[in-house]
Parts: sequence; structure tokens; C-alpha cells
Amino acid sequence: MSETLIVPTMAQMMAEGKQPEVLFWVGCAGSFDDRAKKITKAFVRILNKAKVSFAVLGTEESCTGDPAKRAGNEFLFQMQAVTNIEVLNAYEVKTIVTTCPHCFNTLKNEYPSLGGNYTVMHHTQFLRNLLDEGKLTIEGGQFKGKRITFHDPCYLGRANNVYEAPRDLIRKLDAELVEMKSCKSRGLCCGAGGAQMFKEAEPGNKEVNIERTEQALEIQPDIIAAGCPFCNTMMTDGVKNKEKEGQIKVMDVAELIANAQDL
Amino acid sequence: MQFIPNILFAIALILGVGYFSRNVKKLIRNIKLGHDVDVSDEKGKRFNNMLRIAFGQSKMVVRPVAGIMHFIVYIGFVIINLEVLEIIIDGLFGTHRIFSSVLSSSVYGFLIGSFEILAVLVLIAVVVFWLRRNTIKLKRFLNPEMKGWPKNDANYILYFEVVLMCLFLTMNATDAPFQEMNSGNVISGFMAPWFSGFSEGTLHIIERSAWWLHIIGILVFLNYLYFSKHLHILLAFPNTYFGSVHPKGELDNLESVTNEVKLMMDPNADPFAAPANPDAVPAKFGASDVTDLSWLQLLNAYTCTECGRCTSECPANQTGKKLSPRKIMMDTRDRLEEVGKNIDANGGEFKDDGKQLLNDYITAEELWACTSCNACVEACPVSINPLTIIIDMRRYLVMEQSAAPMELNNMMSNVENNGAPWPYNQMDRLNWASES
Repeated sequence: MSETLIVPTMAQMMAEGKQPEVLFWVGCAGSFDDRAKKITKAFVRILNKAKVSFAVLGTEESCTGDPAKRAGNEFLFQMQAVTNIEVLNAYEVKTIVTTCPHCFNTLKNEYPSLGGNYTVMHHTQFLRNLLDEGKLTIEGGQFKGKRITFHDPCYLGRANNVYEAPRDLIRKLDAELVEMKSCKSRGLCCGAGGAQMFKEAEPGNKEVNIERTEQALEIQPDIIAAGCPFCNTMMTDGVKNKEKEGQIKVMDVAELIANAQDL
Repeated sequence: MQFIPNILFAIALILGVGYFSRNVKKLIRNIKLGHDVDVSDEKGKRFNNMLRIAFGQSKMVVRPVAGIMHFIVYIGFVIINLEVLEIIIDGLFGTHRIFSSVLSSSVYGFLIGSFEILAVLVLIAVVVFWLRRNTIKLKRFLNPEMKGWPKNDANYILYFEVVLMCLFLTMNATDAPFQEMNSGNVISGFMAPWFSGFSEGTLHIIERSAWWLHIIGILVFLNYLYFSKHLHILLAFPNTYFGSVHPKGELDNLESVTNEVKLMMDPNADPFAAPANPDAVPAKFGASDVTDLSWLQLLNAYTCTECGRCTSECPANQTGKKLSPRKIMMDTRDRLEEVGKNIDANGGEFKDDGKQLLNDYITAEELWACTSCNACVEACPVSINPLTIIIDMRRYLVMEQSAAPMELNNMMSNVENNGAPWPYNQMDRLNWASES
């Protein structure tokens, strides 16, 4: 993986008089969190390989305001939203893809009434489109026969009814897709949503991510696939807590595909 | 003198329906204590939701055992009520089984026959329901909020249904002309021999008593609804119609905040300008009491039948946290009832009682345990949304009281200062692209 990533910014594109087909919204986790940055890079490698015309906002990107809104701070959310919408509209952005279901949900559902109207896709939907259009091929060699389970992120699944895009991609890997006892519309949360990621859990008898990890361990997967940087952190912590990090990997769907491509 | 039964019947009917209407008016008054919310969009989709979720019971069957049992009771309730129409006509005009003279005996027999079969199925379902609540110890019926009245309420409803079904069958079994017709007595035909030792006169008295008790029982049950969780049999329909037609992940953007934010962002705005509408009460951000919620959220509270599917799917509740989405709905209803009674007692004005929904009913600990995962919203068979109430109350805690947990205050000041929930510089946002 010595090749350099090609990551144009909207500002550069504009200076060259170009308009990318799609804006990649990286999100805070994808920009700063060490684990999530790997997902960001894996996704960019796929975009580069498929020769997708894209750009990022780079230093002009800011938090969508999702955790503030879910914590009850509507002021801060709307300040963030209005600022972001100004930037996005100035660049005449039409289509957005993001690797974070929280950004996805907020951009898609909560920005329109504040003046931000875009076609917003989660990266698993975007990758499946690339596949359908023949711009991306997936060979599942290294995942052949592996048991992979997909943990539905609440903000992708229940919140927006996207259940099949990530599963379609996993099926392409020649892997055995196994489902946990609660999945899809009844999938159990990882425990990070609603701003819980940034605080200690309230008193109880268990952590939510441990409960979810136990559900995953019941079906003995080789890989727990995720589609959200926060779910990824929670599930990784859960697997470590159960001392199973030697046997079970937690990987984003984008990483699975990038690895399958040897990218 | 011969009209005395008719007059008594009319009086019973007027009293039963009249008292119920009075309570329905109160119910509507209470629901309207909530602020307005626009639900005029997407009428087709809303109508479709009501047909599918309420009439079609589509969400009930997610749990097949309870779903199928409930379907039987639901169908029984709807269809056997055709019989009530006959009873009312007979009662008012002194006729006997008026439909049997209007319809052909085979059609009438078919109708009554299916009512009788349904009555037996309902009896079986009700027994199963009782066992599930009282002996099988299903976890979702044992949460702390289910102690006392909620538990008794659920059992009373089941007893009511047993009594009503038994009266219906007894009424048919002891009705000599109906048994002689020998069409439609598919169940009561087997019961009739139990009464063979009685004289014709006694049989008639039993039949009349069962008939009267059946209709009076129905009127009493109708009036019990308002005091019970059982209101869902009526409110499920409007509630599924008015329920959200947007993606579950979408929370509303507070308009009052949008106005303030626009003012802040507008370089031409005059901060000292007189407000456009000086009489307008300054908006309170979020909700600390039921009157801060919308009428839809209050309708939700009255619709809740305390089945607990929301709570059993809730990740916080499953891991021992205090939050129970069902309790959020029950608390909202209890407080709303309290406010309603306060208004009644004080001549139509609410008199401050020093209480509110926040703290006196729902604690901050419950609110902060929510992961906003929408499992409760997905689970509800009648489109109730506990999450919006939780978020509205968090809004009050944060925007009116600055009472967020400390770590969340840190997160929010990071978002405010450097555009990320962690203390990283916004100028470093693209560093990942050049790191190996």
C-alpha cells in the first residue's frame, strides 16, 4: 500500500474549474479517529481504483451537528447545519457520499428543511452502484468460506431502511453471510448513538456493546462487518473485552472490498 | 306497561353512550393541550399506514404467538359487534332477533355461527393471554412500571372479555326459538342440553338475563376504556394515520431555533429591533411538561396499551438501565390526566400544582440512557414514538437548564469551537490523506 492516495479538495477542483461528480463527506470520526481513518483510506482507494470523480471538503468540513442534536442542543446543531449548508451550496454540491451513517442521516433528512438539498448516499449504497454499473469488480478469493456477519448501524438500518446494500456487497465476496439473532429492522444498537459515544453509560448491569458482541459471538463469525465508524469502535471494544481479538476481526464493508481487491 | 323494557333499554343506552361521549370530549380537550403539529401532508401514505398497521395488524405478527392470538380477539371484537347492532334494534323496538326475519335463515345462521366460533376462539386466546401475563412470567410484563394498576387493568380487561363471550353463548344456548331454527347454533347447540332440565319460563329468564347483562356489559366496557390502557382499540386508527411518514432517523428542526439562528447569521439583522410580534410568548425550548409536547405526542400516550414491545427491544433497558420507553408513554399519560383533572377542578383553568413531567415523573437518568436507536419506534404496533418525547425533554435540559452531563458539555464545546466532537483542530481535518 505504498501508492499515494489521490484526494482532491473542492477548493482545488474549483480553482481548476472542475466540478466532481460526488462529494465524499469524511466526517469527524473518519478524519480524526485512528481506526476510522483506515476506513476512510480504504474507501478512497476504491474510489481511486474505480476512477470516480470525487472531492472532499477537507478543512472546510465541519461536524454535521448530529451528536449535538441528539444530545438536545438544537442551537448548536442548526448553527453547524447552516454553516455547512453555506459551504456545500457555494460549491454547488449535488451528490454526497459518506462512510458515516450519522452524517448520512443528518445530511439526507435534517438538512433539507434548512436549505440543504442533496442526493445523499451511504458508501455501501455507492459501492453497490459502482458494482452494478460495472465500474467496480469484486473478487472474493481471500474471504472464500469465511463467516461474516453484518451489524446493522441504527442510523443506516432502522433510521433509513437501508439493509440490503451492505449485504449485497458481502455476498459478492464469496463469503458465508450469517445473521445474528437480532438483525435488520430488529438489530440491536452498538450503544454509541444519541451522543452516548461521548459519555459514560448510565448505571445498569451491562454495557450495550457487550450485549451486542455476545449476540455476534453466538454465531461464531470470522469477521464482524460494520458500516459505521462508531459501531466499529464499539464492536472492536466488545471483541477485546471477550478476548477474541485473535480470532474475530471487526472490519468496515469498505475495508473488506479494498482488501479483496488487494488495494 | 309493555314498553317498560324498551324505555329501560333506551335509558341504559343513553346513559352508556352519553357518559362515554363526555369522557371522549375530555380526552380530546386533554390531547389539544399539546401544541400544534402539521400532519396534512402525504394523505395517501397515511391512509395506507392506517390500513396496513391498524386494520391489517401488520406489526403485531412480528411476534407470531401474541400476534395471532391478538388477531383473533381483534377480529372477534370487530365482527361480534355486528351482533350488538341487532341487540340495540331489538332492545329499542321490542323485536327479537330482527336480522333473522330480514335475512334468509341460512345467511343469518352463517353469521351467528361465525360469531359463535369466534367467541370460542376469543375465549381460548384470552386464556392464553392471561397465562402469559400471570403464570408464564414474560419479562416484558414484569417491569417495575407494570406493578399495581397497570397489571390489574390488563387482567380486568381479560375477565371482561371472558364474561362477555360466555354471556353471548349462554344467550344463544337458552334461546328456544333460535335453537329450534337449528341454523348457526354451531357452539350453543352443544350447550343447549345443559339447560334441558329447566322449564320454558326459567329458560326465558336466563336468556333475557344473559341478553341484558351482555349489552350492559358492553356499555360498561365502553366506559371503562377511558380509564384503561384499552383505549388503543379506538385510538390505534388515528394514531397510525397521524404517525410519522418520514424516515425514522429524521428529527424535527425546531422552528423557534431556526429563527434565532437566522438572526444570528444575518449580517443585516438589527439585534435591537422590536420583535415583530411583541405579544408572542417567548418560546420555551424543549419540553418539561406535557403542555410543551405536541398533540400527536399526547395522542401517542393515550394510545399506548402498555404491551412493552418497545421496552423489550430497548438496548438501554436490556442492559439494566432505568430507561423504559413504555414508562415514558405511561408517565406522559398519567401526567396529562393529572393536568386534565386539575383543569376540571379549577373551573377550566390550570392551576400550578408545583409538578411537571420532568423529574416528578421522568428523571434525567432515564433520558440520558437513550441511544436514539429507534428500536422502540420500530417495535410499536400502533406507531407510537417515545423517542421524540425523550429528545424534546433533552432539549429542555440542555437549552433551558444547561443540565447536560459534563462529558456531553465537553463534546458540544468541541463541536462549537473546532467543528468536531473531539478536541482536534479543524485545520488538521485532511491530515489522514497524507499519513501513511
